[in-house]
Amino acid sequence: MPFLNHTQPEILRPVSTMFIVTSIVTALLLNGLPWGGLWLTLRPDFVAVVLLYWCTHKPLRIGVGLSWAIGILADVGDASLFGQHALAYTLLAFGGVVLSRRIRMFDLREQTTQVLVILFSTYAVYALVQWQVNGQIVWTYFLGCLTSTLLWVPMSSLFQSMRQMRVDRE
Amino acid sequence: MGKAVFLISHFLYILFHYRLTTSLLTRSMDSTQTFQVFNRGPSPAARLVFFAVLSLLLMFVDARFRYLESTRSALSVLVSPLQRLATMPLMLMQQAGDFFVTQNSLLTDKTALQRQHGIDSVQLVQQQALLQENMQLRNLIALQQRGQYTGQFAEIVYTERDVFRRKVLINKGSVAGVQAGQVVMDDKGIVGQITRIFPWLSEVTLITEKDHAVPVQVLRNGLRSVTFGAGDTSQLSLRYMPVSTDIQNGDILVTSGIDGIYPPGIPVAKVEKIERDAAYPFARIACLPVGGVDKYRQLLVLSASPKLPERPEPEPAPLRGQLKKSGGY
Repeated sequence: MPFLNHTQPEILRPVSTMFIVTSIVTALLLNGLPWGGLWLTLRPDFVAVVLLYWCTHKPLRIGVGLSWAIGILADVGDASLFGQHALAYTLLAFGGVVLSRRIRMFDLREQTTQVLVILFSTYAVYALVQWQVNGQIVWTYFLGCLTSTLLWVPMSSLFQSMRQMRVDRE
Repeated sequence: MGKAVFLISHFLYILFHYRLTTSLLTRSMDSTQTFQVFNRGPSPAARLVFFAVLSLLLMFVDARFRYLESTRSALSVLVSPLQRLATMPLMLMQQAGDFFVTQNSLLTDKTALQRQHGIDSVQLVQQQALLQENMQLRNLIALQQRGQYTGQFAEIVYTERDVFRRKVLINKGSVAGVQAGQVVMDDKGIVGQITRIFPWLSEVTLITEKDHAVPVQVLRNGLRSVTFGAGDTSQLSLRYMPVSTDIQNGDILVTSGIDGIYPPGIPVAKVEKIERDAAYPFARIACLPVGGVDKYRQLLVLSASPKLPERPEPEPAPLRGQLKKSGGY
């Protein structure tokens, strides 16, 4: 599959702040759609995937602090405990920033396994807090981590192509 | 060659200068600190620790003290338009669905509702007839057995703080027409009797109060007796019953209505334990109250029972006076 392999260096234009903000707001919007029942269980965490993308591809612009702030917004939107998403996204951003060079070296298929580990730890932290508060762990919650990982490939290639498009238009 | 040397020396100069300025700026520059050409602030690990601790602190404060509600509502100003936007497509779809209702579906709905209404109204009429009949039968039975008693609902407001006194205060007083001596019961049985009246409160002495007596009958064989409260426990006892008396475990005691205070036929207690010891003249019979004497909050105050004719004096009036009177004639 050719689209899975984009290790050869591409010339991408510097990402505009507008693009990053729009992507994150869209992710928040997608998370806020009225999901229900099975769809809610299978819902990928769009915000987490988008944040992870920016943390790995632009670690100097989107880092731990911004992820934390977006986590707080997600907490407000979700009416969850203040800091619950923030803690999870902080960990996610840390993983993304630290592993950013390594992840960018891999092709998309290899990236997926790396991303799975980071997303799983994020979900685990969230579930751990939930367990401390409610006293039970909902195991089906971790299905969302798998779907989020599956989202990584289409979303990365979408973002890459959008960044390329900006070059082609010149 | 000379160019290379110049470049290196220039680079070293820049390095030295950079280090000098940063050391001047930060002041406490550790000698062990690694050198950074580009200052990017604290390392990701430091940020992780800082923000993780901040999140944990926030979670703790939010879960324990709920101080952050104002912050939450302030931030929700940012998030709520997004949420409204997210739920909009579904709402629009529903509204559109509501608008484009076909006449056909309306008609079918209408006929179905009409049919249901017909069935329901027939059933309603039948039920009303049954209700009437039931009421009549009830009235007949009640007339036969109990006489007419009406009740008014009351709620317990205070309970006595003293463990040895079995009294409660209810929220109906003389304003509501409560009189001393009225009987208080719940849906299971007798709870107590009104002993003191205040304008908006009245005091109920529970049947478990020490030496509070209730005249009863054994439901099984009609044996008459009197129960007494034990006072310190939530028990009742039957006193002065001979050892050979016909009382069994599990017998239900109902009010006999003999004294004219307690209406007849209301459950009072259930026999719990019988000790027949030949050394004593009387059997020891412990009972447990049937009504929720120390359980519920809602009580029913029964209206005063109809007056009985005056009890004749235990000793007839002095005979001599009457004789004198009659002798006067």
